[in-house]
Amino acid sequence: MITVRIQTDDFNSGAELALIEDGVGAVSSFTGIVRGQGGLISLTLEHYPAMTEQVLKALADEAATRWSLAHVTLIHRVGPLSPSDRIVFVATASAHRAAALESCVFLIDRLKIDAPFWKKESFADGRETWVDAREGDAHAVDRWR
Amino acid sequence: MRVTILYFAWVREAVGVAEEELDLPNTLQTPLDVIAYLRTHSAGHAAAFAETSRLRCAVDQKIIALECEIGDAREIAFFPPVTGG
Repeated sequence: MITVRIQTDDFNSGAELALIEDGVGAVSSFTGIVRGQGGLISLTLEHYPAMTEQVLKALADEAATRWSLAHVTLIHRVGPLSPSDRIVFVATASAHRAAALESCVFLIDRLKIDAPFWKKESFADGRETWVDAREGDAHAVDRWR
Repeated sequence: MRVTILYFAWVREAVGVAEEELDLPNTLQTPLDVIAYLRTHSAGHAAAFAETSRLRCAVDQKIIALECEIGDAREIAFFPPVTGG
């Protein structure tokens, strides 16, 4: 089962995991959280609606095929978020741990460079800045080629 | 060629609109050609498209390199490198 959602609302990681813990053997997950450092008061996620879901579905399909996954769940929030809010959730289920763990890392690495989301930070002193892409993120996907 | 142009993040803010319908001259073959054309539209466009190295492009919802052919594009989006996750 492949589940892809883009939403403004929060999600319940435990409930999402329970949905895919169905006797398959191994479940792995990653949750991205808004960091509250440097006086950050909010983080706003913008995306390209017509493209985002296609990209996430294609990534989920690629991972499911490559690691023979029973389940893939990808959830990404958009809109205004606060420090400690959940942003992104990746979960994979497979017969064995290596496939579940590796595919989970693959999905978050690729999501960061392929999916059309942009983050804008707002700080307590009134500054607002668009987050720059990190070169390390582009290199992180090299291991999956 | 009638095309919907979309802008995201700081590109959108600099241009001043999220989307516009434009008749592009048929001589424009690549995103780089479109960028050069759009720069002449307004001060906002000129600012948004000043540095091509900071821009990425999707044609009909597929990311393509700035020097690739746009073909019969119906929707072209310009945006900064993505920062999701």
